[in-house]
Amino acid sequence: MAAIKGSWIMVSLGILSLLSCSGKSHHLIGAGSSFDNPLFSKMFYSYFQSRGIKVNYQSIGSGGGISQLINRTIDFGASDVPMNGEQDSLSPARVLHVPITVSAVVLSYNLPELQDTLRLSPQVLAGLFLGRITHWNDTAIAAINPGVRLPDLPVVIAHRSDGSGTSNIFTSYLSMISPEWASRVGRGSSVNWPAGLGGKGNEGVAGLIRQTHGAIGYIELAFAMQNKMAFGKIRNRTGHFITPSISSISAAADIPMPANGKASLADTDAPDGYPISSFSWVLLYKEQDYRHHPQEKADHLLHLLDWMIHEGQRYSSALYYAPLSPAAVHAGEGILKSATYDGHPILTQKN
Amino acid sequence: MNDPMRTDHIRYRIGKNNGFRILTFVLAFACMIPLVAILFFIIKAGITRINFHFLVNIARPVGEKGGGIANALLGSVIIVALASLIAIPIGILGGVYLSENPKGRLAYWCRLSVDILQGIPSIVIGIIAYFWLVKPLGGFSAFSGSVALAIMMLPVIVRSTEETLKMLPPSLKEAAFALGMPFHRVIFKVILPVGISGILSGVMLSIARITGETAPLLFTAFGNPYLSADVTAPMQSLPLLIFNYATSPYNDWHDLAWGASLILLVWVLFLNVFTKLIAAKWKVQL
Amino acid sequence: METSLQAPVIPSPAVRDTVGIRKRIRRSFRQIRTESVFKQTLVIAGLILVILVLGILLTLITQSLPSIRLLGLKFIWGSTWNPVKNVYGAFPFLLGTLLTSFLALLICIPFSIAIAVFLGEYYPSGWFADVLKNAVELIAAVPSVIYGFWGLAVLVPMVRSLEARLGIDQPLGVGIFSASLILSVMIIPYAASLGRSMIQMVPEHLKEAAYGLGATRWEVIRHVVLPYTRSGLFAGILLSLGRALGETMAVTMVIGNSSILPKSIFAPGNTMASVIANEFTEADKTVYLSALIELGLALFLVTVIINIIGKKIIDRFTNE
Repeated sequence: MAAIKGSWIMVSLGILSLLSCSGKSHHLIGAGSSFDNPLFSKMFYSYFQSRGIKVNYQSIGSGGGISQLINRTIDFGASDVPMNGEQDSLSPARVLHVPITVSAVVLSYNLPELQDTLRLSPQVLAGLFLGRITHWNDTAIAAINPGVRLPDLPVVIAHRSDGSGTSNIFTSYLSMISPEWASRVGRGSSVNWPAGLGGKGNEGVAGLIRQTHGAIGYIELAFAMQNKMAFGKIRNRTGHFITPSISSISAAADIPMPANGKASLADTDAPDGYPISSFSWVLLYKEQDYRHHPQEKADHLLHLLDWMIHEGQRYSSALYYAPLSPAAVHAGEGILKSATYDGHPILTQKN
Repeated sequence: MNDPMRTDHIRYRIGKNNGFRILTFVLAFACMIPLVAILFFIIKAGITRINFHFLVNIARPVGEKGGGIANALLGSVIIVALASLIAIPIGILGGVYLSENPKGRLAYWCRLSVDILQGIPSIVIGIIAYFWLVKPLGGFSAFSGSVALAIMMLPVIVRSTEETLKMLPPSLKEAAFALGMPFHRVIFKVILPVGISGILSGVMLSIARITGETAPLLFTAFGNPYLSADVTAPMQSLPLLIFNYATSPYNDWHDLAWGASLILLVWVLFLNVFTKLIAAKWKVQL
Repeated sequence: METSLQAPVIPSPAVRDTVGIRKRIRRSFRQIRTESVFKQTLVIAGLILVILVLGILLTLITQSLPSIRLLGLKFIWGSTWNPVKNVYGAFPFLLGTLLTSFLALLICIPFSIAIAVFLGEYYPSGWFADVLKNAVELIAAVPSVIYGFWGLAVLVPMVRSLEARLGIDQPLGVGIFSASLILSVMIIPYAASLGRSMIQMVPEHLKEAAYGLGATRWEVIRHVVLPYTRSGLFAGILLSLGRALGETMAVTMVIGNSSILPKSIFAPGNTMASVIANEFTEADKTVYLSALIELGLALFLVTVIINIIGKKIIDRFTNE
């Protein structure tokens, strides 16, 4: 018996020592937005090949990224939504928001009898998601879709059931264009939906839309494009119906940037701009000298981010992300230069 | 002699016997319908992906062909092995304790604890491991993931050990005691070897349960796109990879996820066969 | 002790005998010591389990304190869940959890007992049984994410056409019924594998006695095997219930995730576990996060209650 016990302990110790001796190399750990994950994986893969720095990014959700940053278990976070007041107060130090890419949320629907692309106005959208417009042949929809034969079919709303930055972008937009939405539902990563079904993740919502005749729901642009799903044109502030695309998102994102990088793109003024667009940010501490965080890591991190807002942008379009505008890149440079280690700026020479 | 009532009654009983026999067969094999459907689903989606490169390469980003799952495969093996190392001894000893002390205050609470552990959703165990290990130690690690999985394995192992041992005829143990064998030798030389197939199938079931778990690993083992064998650092695993890639918008990644799912299934099947071989050998040596 | 030190001196037969006896006595003492050490180890293993659960309970309580303080009992009976306005009522989820679990259990019982009887009684060995046995173990091995995908792709459309045939005014397919179906498939192995080992443990002589009295196979199963294994079968079903209560991923994908109180078993709903899985990563307020952890605590307590009830039932059965 003792022999069995002994050998068990020996085996355990042996495996443990074998595993822990491999040691830690230059790893950067990041977490957050699942929306950014495909782009980041592409960027970090080519960064590893050219610079030899391993970046471990895990898509645990924007909120997860922020709370892990606050708990200081990761080197940087990524989020589709800037940190809110409560998160700022929980955070042990000042956090920088670096705009990294631009995304859009599209309205996908299942109406195979429609020949043309469905047109949607902000009022119709709010009416649909508030549960006020219950049939597709509603006069409000017919009014903005002249000449389109709309079926007499109940509307089935599909929304995200998991908390997500995508929901936050969409509900922020609805709150801006509809006072009733703002007071009844509000904005957030997960809200109390007045109507409809919840699906987990983009694929959950997409599955509900595909299977239910008469369904409409919001998903990410990249997901809709990749899966060849029909999506509607949205009327923007200037009265144009805009198809979501990289150029219409870029048009929306071409704005003067505030110095802190926290710019909202919802309900844009740009005539060609798609109204439900948003920046995505990488979050990091302004003061990089903290527990378990050597200067070397801070250097690696800042150089990586600098590379991401410059060279890294060339990977965007192929994956249906819009590249940053020159103004956003410039603002990003300014933000990165303000990061310090023990009070000294990290990025000194321009590269 | 030929009482018609009697033969009728016997015929009725035989008919009932056959009826229930058929019903049992039908119901038992009806369970295979969803399994076959799911297997068909996975094999159809996964089989085209699997080749040697798939097993020895790490994942590549979207748009590049030829990614693999080596990091997830290694990670899963390490995390599950470490979890088993923690859970099996505690689980079996706990099961032996319960079967040897069926009554008593501690046994009652212990049994209740096992039932409760069984019911805790995996994501809550992930959260607990996060608060116990990740946050105090200041970083994600494969070890914390193993602890979370070990907690999930415990109830299944304890339960199956206890139930198996309780069902053994008491005469076996009494005979061994009568020969003057000390308690621990009775347990290790008589009781456990006889019950080994039940215990092993419990261990198997628990490993099968945890190899597919995503939720407890999200905030503990965390994942890692590179090959790593360091248990104090983040590590990739198959379910994490499947979860991340299956929920992505890209077909390349979906394929990778289906391939990984198939590997996961094959692995569990292999484990199954392997366990049976061991159990058979153990019994022969007895 | 001293005699054994004098061992090199050539002993007389009588002394040699006492040396042997003393050796044997020493060995007995050592074995008694090992035995008590072993017994303590067993107790420690049992204690670890209890401490683990207490630790989890304590952690859950401390982490959910902010929400307990703010919401109190409203948390359990409130039926509105609105994170934006900081209103958290968990009643719809409590109901959803209980509905899906018990419905799944109801569906799974005949199938798992059939498998247990088939493998334990009709075909305990042979390739036929091996196929079924491995198939059942495989059911347990399929990751729940995959059940979710399969459920969404295959099962939900089937349920939708069933609902259309039943005349439900908005057939959606997703909902509590679909979730229960998926759950019942997932928990079959737990009930069946335990049931099988129970049935195989039924003493041969009991069955033979019944056969000897002229009982048919079914009568033996009905009147000997099933009563003998009742508590074991019940334990297996309880084990399955435990699993059903906490199952997350697959349920989340097919239940429709609506926080509104479900009106029928075909309506979309939410379980406690699915809410945690859905919203945990994006909980951006302290109270919100702690409300989710309180859900975990509630789930924990529901499991405790169900288990205690189950234990009482088992006690009644076995004492009959």
